[in-house]
Amino acid sequence: MVNDVWIGGGGVICGIGNTLPECVEAFKSMSTGAATMDRLTSAHRDSFPVAEVKADNETLAARAGLPAHISRTALLSLIAAREAWESTGLGDIRNYRVGFVSANTVGGMDKTEEFFAEYMQDPQSGHLHQVINHECGSVTEVVADALGIRHHITTISTACSSGANALMYGSRLIRNNMVDVVIAGGTDALTRFTLNGFNTLMILDTESSRPFDETRRGLNLGEGAGYVVLVKDSLVSDLKQQPWCKLSGFANANDAYHQTASSPDGIGNYMAMKGALEMSGLKPSDISYINLHGTGTQNNDSSEGLAVERLFAPHYPPVSSTKSFTGHTLGASGGIEAVFSALAIRDGYLYPNANFSTRMKETPFSPVTAFSAGNDIKHVMSNSFGFGGNCSSLIFSMQ
Amino acid sequence: MNIYIQGTGCVSPLETAAEGPFPAVVNPSYEGGRLKVSDPDYKQWIDVKQIRRMSRIIKMGVAAAKLSLDEAKVEKPDGIITGTAYGCLDDTGVFLSKMINQHEEMLTPTSFIQSTHNTVAGQIALLLNCHSYNNTFVHKAFSFESALLDTIMILREGKARHILMGGMDELTNHSFNIISRFNRFKQEAVSHTDLLSSTTRGTVAGEGAACFVLGTEKGECSTSRLADLTTVYKPANKEEIAEDIIGFLAANEIAPANIDLLITGRNGDAEEDKWYDHVENTVFPGQTIGCFKHLCGEYPTAASFGMWTACKVLSSGQVPAEVLYKGTPGKVKNILIYNHYKGTHHSLILITGC
Repeated sequence: MVNDVWIGGGGVICGIGNTLPECVEAFKSMSTGAATMDRLTSAHRDSFPVAEVKADNETLAARAGLPAHISRTALLSLIAAREAWESTGLGDIRNYRVGFVSANTVGGMDKTEEFFAEYMQDPQSGHLHQVINHECGSVTEVVADALGIRHHITTISTACSSGANALMYGSRLIRNNMVDVVIAGGTDALTRFTLNGFNTLMILDTESSRPFDETRRGLNLGEGAGYVVLVKDSLVSDLKQQPWCKLSGFANANDAYHQTASSPDGIGNYMAMKGALEMSGLKPSDISYINLHGTGTQNNDSSEGLAVERLFAPHYPPVSSTKSFTGHTLGASGGIEAVFSALAIRDGYLYPNANFSTRMKETPFSPVTAFSAGNDIKHVMSNSFGFGGNCSSLIFSMQ
Repeated sequence: MNIYIQGTGCVSPLETAAEGPFPAVVNPSYEGGRLKVSDPDYKQWIDVKQIRRMSRIIKMGVAAAKLSLDEAKVEKPDGIITGTAYGCLDDTGVFLSKMINQHEEMLTPTSFIQSTHNTVAGQIALLLNCHSYNNTFVHKAFSFESALLDTIMILREGKARHILMGGMDELTNHSFNIISRFNRFKQEAVSHTDLLSSTTRGTVAGEGAACFVLGTEKGECSTSRLADLTTVYKPANKEEIAEDIIGFLAANEIAPANIDLLITGRNGDAEEDKWYDHVENTVFPGQTIGCFKHLCGEYPTAASFGMWTACKVLSSGQVPAEVLYKGTPGKVKNILIYNHYKGTHHSLILITGC
């Protein structure tokens, strides 16, 4: 465990931008993503705003170079993974031992739910091509095949913390010399399945979500994909630019409290953040910015806030939830927020928390509400927590 | 660093959910071209109130996990890592069907909550009150292998002593019906005694859960060691996989002739089994071969049942007659498990006696 793992580049597509630079522009102009459903068809169209990627499947397919009938989850994934790879300037992917570690929560469910409507009428009906990519791993393979990756391919699904766990596993693959480069992150498309699922839990806000705000009433679902490119030490000189930063620490802990709810004191959140700090050899006061999980639900923000307080009091770094812009992109969120966090170090960004007005009574700190660049950002913590008690925290460091 | 298998647990179409050797009576039911798990009395491990809410994959996974922890005499592992290709299919199907039939109205959360792929690993953590590392891999027929690799990498870091890991998949009526439409399963009736000599396309559907406690120290009950593992995605042809196998063994300083038992994932599909024919004939001619998919059926995480079988061979010192496919077994120390799924996902797991 001597070699550092560097972030050589990144790519994002989500409700606030079709590319990473577009997302940064949206932060600068405070343009949030949640709006009335345009592409997704649901009985709840007028009840819950969602942060959709602003492109239909045909447009995404043309950009990705895949057939338009492929799952949207794969289309989003390929677009962001390719942007990430191209940002490194490493050139022909076949010249390296490359891993692709992608996360998602429902695979090709967007197509399966179309199939099922017909299949329920008659078990012999429904187009089989709609279920070919139902499995989470199938989505990953569509993208790996399109990019020409075959050295190591896998898929992680730990609900809303999936993307962060992809970075951990990818980092381990490099440290164990199994591959030289890993494209790691996650993807998820909006589906009726997840929208209705979250609705049964009564944690969807009928307005724009307000993470870490006393008046918060739930989350907005989003969709998208985000990947970083992890590179080993000896490849850093091949990058077309300096690496953005390194992945200096990470930890994964389990809340072991409830299948979906967080423990009131956020024990899993606390253990993940603390473990990541220990691995990176940093003190809480070294952290320049925390990209919160911050879904906007009563439960998450209160548990996460108390865990942050327990670890960081009395000196709180700037914090914000970029989900107030992107919505909660589930399996993609850990990947998207890893890209934002790594970029924050490279360009000195602090991202705003939109829709904030009133500090939560549980916590003594408030999130950042305005975008700024040129800050001295040395170490960024990125939190991702999910169903099943899965809690993960990543730390990115300048050196 | 050596990695020892300290405990195993398995719920399968055979009566495997108990401590002790490979079951003496092997008579899996092939009803309707599919093998169903032989359900143990789950009350041994799970509270009755919880059992009612749990789908089969959760019960199977929890039972296999508890069996392996008991054998290893470990109460709380330092990590829980599962591999499942399809995840919680039953709950997914229930929520999806209701959503469509009820036009997205009046839905209840239980099946959605339990539909996420990490439900089994999360439930095990809840039952054990275990706050340690928790991960779930969902990559088709590499799900179990990725979980194994994650386990190996974490143990090598030296902080974790015991990791509970396993592979599990459930077969539902919907998944059987839909996969059948891809002509994946045999049309004609077969039994476990004639499946592997079949000359037609198709296999039989299966399911199960097998868990292992792996650690860096030799446990009281350890009789085997996980020596190495690798995966090969979409090899160009049979010659390539044969070369990969030779290279993999060479990296572990074992000649193919010193593999005392090759366990293959032969599944009775005449076309898919040609991969195994090639490897058996060119790399391991005249050597002892065992098989397991006629006992557990074909599913993406079936290699976990293969690894459990290998552990039972090493703990008892015998190759069960129902497992033996070819050759005459002598003393078994080195076992290679070679499995592939649809010719796209190939894996090699090397287990040695200790």
